[in-house]
Amino acid sequence: MDTPVQTEIQTVYIRPASLSHTPSHYCPGCTHGIAHRLIAEVMDEMDIRERTIGVAPVGCSVFAYNYFDFDWVEAAHGRAPAMATGIKRVLPDRFVFTYQGDGDLASIGMSEIMHVAGRGENITTFFINNAIYGMTGGQMAPTTLPGQKTTSSPHGRDVETMGYPLHMAEVLSKWDGAGYIVRRSLHDPKNIRLAKKAIRTAFEVQKRGLGFSMVELLSTCPTNWGVSAQEALTWLVEHMIPVYPLEDFKVTSGLDGFRA
Amino acid sequence: MAKEFLEGNFAMAEAAVRAGVEAYFGYPITPQTEILEWMSHRMPELKRAFLQAESEVAAINMVYGAACTGARVMSSSSSPGVSLMMEGLSYIAGTEVPAVLIDVVRGGPGLGNIAPSQGDYNQLVHGGGHGDYHPIVLAPASVQEAIDLTVLAFDLAEKYRNICIVMADGSIGQMMEPAELPEMRPLRTITPDWAVDGCLNRPQRILTSILIDPTLEEIYNHKILDTWYRIQENEIRYKEYYLDDAEYVVIGFGTAGRIALTAVRNARLEGIKVGLFRPISVSPFPFPQLEELIKTTQGFLVTEMNTGQMLEDVRMAVKGRVPIEFYARVGGIVPYPDEILGEIRRLVHEPKSPGGDPRRRWMQRLKDGVITLS
Repeated sequence: MDTPVQTEIQTVYIRPASLSHTPSHYCPGCTHGIAHRLIAEVMDEMDIRERTIGVAPVGCSVFAYNYFDFDWVEAAHGRAPAMATGIKRVLPDRFVFTYQGDGDLASIGMSEIMHVAGRGENITTFFINNAIYGMTGGQMAPTTLPGQKTTSSPHGRDVETMGYPLHMAEVLSKWDGAGYIVRRSLHDPKNIRLAKKAIRTAFEVQKRGLGFSMVELLSTCPTNWGVSAQEALTWLVEHMIPVYPLEDFKVTSGLDGFRA
Repeated sequence: MAKEFLEGNFAMAEAAVRAGVEAYFGYPITPQTEILEWMSHRMPELKRAFLQAESEVAAINMVYGAACTGARVMSSSSSPGVSLMMEGLSYIAGTEVPAVLIDVVRGGPGLGNIAPSQGDYNQLVHGGGHGDYHPIVLAPASVQEAIDLTVLAFDLAEKYRNICIVMADGSIGQMMEPAELPEMRPLRTITPDWAVDGCLNRPQRILTSILIDPTLEEIYNHKILDTWYRIQENEIRYKEYYLDDAEYVVIGFGTAGRIALTAVRNARLEGIKVGLFRPISVSPFPFPQLEELIKTTQGFLVTEMNTGQMLEDVRMAVKGRVPIEFYARVGGIVPYPDEILGEIRRLVHEPKSPGGDPRRRWMQRLKDGVITLS
């Protein structure tokens, strides 16, 4: 009997079980899909899919729950941290996270995000900062850069009349209740890998009960920035990172010995 | 359980505890802060969730989140705080999750004052939040009733997956009187089959108030209207006093109804055949019962601690078939029984006005000095 030739086939890339089989509605070049996938990969690796509840925001990712295969609720605009608090307080052994954009988190939901961090609520927030309102069609966000043109700052954000961009990770890291506050970016493979490590670490903080964790993810919005998908990545690097540095703003000592 | 001398706010809080509330989220506001204070030590003592939220906006969204897990959950507030909760209430209604709210109503509009009022009738009964939905609203007239209705509120909320509000006022919240608390109920052991609690060994569940396809939203609106009709058919509650031979009927809810009862009793001593109809469920409003009353009544006197918000519902029920008069104290003033007695006498002895606007006549009497405010 002939011995068949042994061919070793190794699966190196597969849809994570935490993601559902749903075609994306996000625009070409938008980084929401990357953020979704990273969260799903980490959840698979931690085997927490059946013990996690996501809280979706209002904004482009309002239908985030369609892309994942685990339990979700959908919050009112900006209120995801309050809703997540309600869930976590009655189900303290579940993983609870919010997924919020910059308008949701830093504008209408400023109060809720401040206090969830201040309380050291054991939840995780993924903060998608693309410096613009996406779903409503490109209006100025609290994180819009000085001079950046949007449909509601058509001549560019004039800081004299429209104020300055808000640095949420920096501010939230000052609260005693914050366990892990970092900013990462989704513009290239290296940074995507770093973002995944941060997401893994944030969930670890929640697992260990070390307080509020947030990963701010600099993201692109080619449609509303009015550039190509490729140009958006460059624009992020050249314009956003100088204003929003990619740093660890708070890392609790309770993580000592942990490596993502 | 024996009767105790209980304050309304405390009694409602402890009643909720004994009804098996698993989580309380609230924000301090007079005249209901005692509920929050009681919960702040009672809930942790029983290893249940208590959290003082940063605002009423956050509190109701915490309620929303906890309700989505199937937990028995509540908040309490007073009028300006309840205004802030309207957004969350609409979302709760749009998601069909059960939630209980106690509103200890105070004088308004605006910051108003902290005195008893019924000025939240419209924002509770006729909406407040956006979109089409109907909360169940129960109005107690005593501390005992506040206890009983708080317990009932949880059962109704869960039975219909609907918001259930106990609409008290500052006097119910603050006064002390003998009342009996219920036995402690065991906590819920069953998780409803719609609850979001992690998809262990089951398919994903999503709780959302978005139905982006208008044809689906239309179906959903029909569905919650159907639920509302079931509630109307089964959950109307009211109390009748001296109605058997009554020629005249006073209609009032909550504290106004209770004060009217004293006035009715005094009028009876004068030989006036008057009774009291006191809606307990102001939502669903007892329209069928009023339809019956119309057959035997020569005149209604509606009395409220607002400028006639329930009066509009009574007028809709009566449809001009029986004369209606109106009397109110507003802005945080509670009427004396004698004020209402005076109006009962006027209703009986003066020529009837079958049509027109009872509220305008009331205002005119005030301006003409026919009514003197004490």
